[in-house]
Amino acid sequence: MVLARPEVAPRDAAAPQGGGPRRTATRLGLMALPLAFFGVFFAYPVASIVGRGLKDDGQWQFARVGEVITDPRIGHVLWFTTWQAAASTGLTLLLALPGAYVLARFDFPGKRLLRAVVTVPFVLPTVVVGSAFLALLGHGGLLDELWGVRLDTTVWAILLAHVFFNYAVVVRTVGGLWAQLDPRQEEAARVLGAGRFAAWRRVTLPALVPAIAAAALMVFLFTFTSFGVIQILGGPRYATLEVEIYQQTAQLLDLPTAAVLTLVQFAAVAALLGVHARTVRRREATLHLVDAAGTARRPRGAAEWTLLGSVLAVVALLVVVPLLVLVLRSFDGPDGYGLTYYRALASAGENGGTFVVAPLEAIGNSLAYGLAATTIAVVVGGLAAAALTRREGRLVRGFDALLMLPLGTSAVTVGFGFLISLDEPPLDLRTSWILVPLAQALVGVPFVVRTMLPVLRAVDARLREAAAVLGASPLRAWREVDLPLVGRALAVAAGFAFAVSLGEFGATVFIARPDSPTLPVAVARLLGRPGEMNYGQAMALSTILMLVCAVALLVLERVRTDRTGEF
Amino acid sequence: MLRLEEVTVRFGERAALDAVDLEVAEHEIVCVLGPSGSGKSTLLRVVAGLLRADAGRVLLAGRDQAQVPTHRRGVGLMFQDHQLFPQRDVGGNVAFGLRMRGTARAETERRVGELLDLVGLPGAEKRLVGALSGGEQQRVALARALAPEPRLLMLDEPLGQLDRSLRERLVVELRALFGRLGTTVLAVTHDQGEAFALADRVVVMRDGRVAQAGTPLEVWQRPASEFVARFLGFENVVPATVRGTSAETVWGRLPVPAGARQGEGCLLVRPAGVRLVPAGEGLPCTVAGRTFRGITSWCGCGRRAAPRRSWRLRVRCGGS
Repeated sequence: MVLARPEVAPRDAAAPQGGGPRRTATRLGLMALPLAFFGVFFAYPVASIVGRGLKDDGQWQFARVGEVITDPRIGHVLWFTTWQAAASTGLTLLLALPGAYVLARFDFPGKRLLRAVVTVPFVLPTVVVGSAFLALLGHGGLLDELWGVRLDTTVWAILLAHVFFNYAVVVRTVGGLWAQLDPRQEEAARVLGAGRFAAWRRVTLPALVPAIAAAALMVFLFTFTSFGVIQILGGPRYATLEVEIYQQTAQLLDLPTAAVLTLVQFAAVAALLGVHARTVRRREATLHLVDAAGTARRPRGAAEWTLLGSVLAVVALLVVVPLLVLVLRSFDGPDGYGLTYYRALASAGENGGTFVVAPLEAIGNSLAYGLAATTIAVVVGGLAAAALTRREGRLVRGFDALLMLPLGTSAVTVGFGFLISLDEPPLDLRTSWILVPLAQALVGVPFVVRTMLPVLRAVDARLREAAAVLGASPLRAWREVDLPLVGRALAVAAGFAFAVSLGEFGATVFIARPDSPTLPVAVARLLGRPGEMNYGQAMALSTILMLVCAVALLVLERVRTDRTGEF
Repeated sequence: MLRLEEVTVRFGERAALDAVDLEVAEHEIVCVLGPSGSGKSTLLRVVAGLLRADAGRVLLAGRDQAQVPTHRRGVGLMFQDHQLFPQRDVGGNVAFGLRMRGTARAETERRVGELLDLVGLPGAEKRLVGALSGGEQQRVALARALAPEPRLLMLDEPLGQLDRSLRERLVVELRALFGRLGTTVLAVTHDQGEAFALADRVVVMRDGRVAQAGTPLEVWQRPASEFVARFLGFENVVPATVRGTSAETVWGRLPVPAGARQGEGCLLVRPAGVRLVPAGEGLPCTVAGRTFRGITSWCGCGRRAAPRRSWRLRVRCGGS
């Protein structure tokens, strides 16, 4: 027999829009600032670094492209980048999908806490993730001390760190949708004679596939462009494209190779985003969703309790233990547990010249930069989201994809591009502090847009019409109707942008001035130097960074709306 | 007050409104009646300026509204599903239109209180709209639409989501209210009972065109076409050939009033106009079924000769 397909309730084609010239003009006006922002601070720096790499005496040297791509060493890097991303994605899905199910369908004490805990890693700076796993798996790490096992020289450390980092992406994207699927659809299938598994496979799974695909693509994207984690855990053996670009640029000063690699990564990411955008759109269009609050229930029977137990165990091992080890290490000084490393952070002198200033000042720098970056990201991203609210038009779709590109473009390229392109009047920002927040805002904007967009789109267009009929001008209607409804989403978006800005590493490492490092930069610098003292301080600083991020996140959990957005 | 001249709205190939002419006089209550998809809601949206007409003109008080945006048209629209602002309380919703016009605060508060009294929800200012029942939401939506004193009030299925008894009571209340306030009203509904009870004039629509317009009594007594008759709930409509004072139908030869149009046409037989008599008298037929409809029962009578089931004659056959 043929089972009922999931109920498809296309959104009522909210009466075709007139799309008059005025509306188009408004939308272009809203897009102007975001477009200018991306043009000047993203496209221009990236283009100029690619241009500098591939141009010689004003001549394009496209032969370099072929040379670099056929270089066996680069081939090796490409291959490693791709397969580690695929493996990380597979492993993340395998471990996180049961977690998504448990959080979506079961009701149990501590559920909110669990959801917050699994999200902490995602907003942690990659540098901290790297150092947490170093503390767990590395030389003198917990496993080394207990059983003499070291994984930091193997690819497992990288894969596990990637799972740790991306667990929340899958749980939130898939689980968020799962919780909103109407359980009665499965019940309908059961009544029609489908077994438990058959009902899930024929009704729930098809509804989830787009979300799973979207989550998988996100994870693939993040791991494909992974930098901080590999920089710390990869050692000399493993390098992703991003790491290679960094080395070619910063250490070997081989700009042409870096430029070609940037282009390769750019092309790969653009292709991935194209696929991602398609799946996301399909998901939005075809599902009949219910309030997530009403779909969860207590686990029943031994099997369900076992499932819950094993998910909790995985979270404990994979998420809690690394974080705990990191914290422990930071207190485990040369003279037993204490605050030695934290005290050392307070002075510049004891660092053997690593820092011009006390590392602790990095906290103040990070917060100041983060606040500025958040402001920029919220303004730019908010305008972009407002322009994208109505989903019709090819122009809009192109813009949508464009906004996601900074997430996948080599942050190293962006950072270095800032240095070489924004150094002449009228845009001589090389010595300006604003350079760092600008680069950080680039990665913040996609998060702002992704968080705001579903909420803005969920605002019923007829509410605006009701306001218009009652005499509100379009601007007034937006202020009176949209703004109060999206206020919470705006707060959440700001929080995300802040966390992401705090953790930004690839671009910041280039442009932060030596006398004002951010937290991740300071951590990386400490890790890059030998000695117990430096290592301990790196752990202490990571702990502080983690706390700052965790606080931001917990504040988010409180205001977060039920709509999960796309992260 | 309101005049539509040859207004056409197309969604792709399909014309939702096809050269519609319509007029609503000052203080008049006009009800547009039609099945779903006949273009009723589109009509209201065009008048409100939420939708642009592809051709034709919309005039309010003699002025062409083509260049006037929605918020300056001074019309009120009560949406089918109310569209109350969820983040505001009842008072905030009702006061919205007054605030947009910059009415002073004290005056606004007074008006809100007055309107809530009027719709039977005194003192409900601070209640949250989410906590209201369907009927209460409807009343708040009405108060909100009335508050800015629109020169034309439009109602989209005003009583659509209410249960029958509440609906019947509210229709009477609304008509009395509009009469007292002198409001000009353009309402759309698919419920003929509602339209007849509310309106001074009824406009029946079909596929984006006006099928018939007139007072409720005119429309009820002389449906202009088979479509209108069937939409009003008459089922005894069959093809007929009229000659003199009798008509040839599938049921046999039937008498028609003098002056009836001659030749081929459609004949409507009102159920009340047929009596069941013992076999052998009148037209021979068989009682094929009987449906209880409250006060009276309806008998479906068929003639063996009638080739189509839909030509079964519905007859009112009393309580027994």
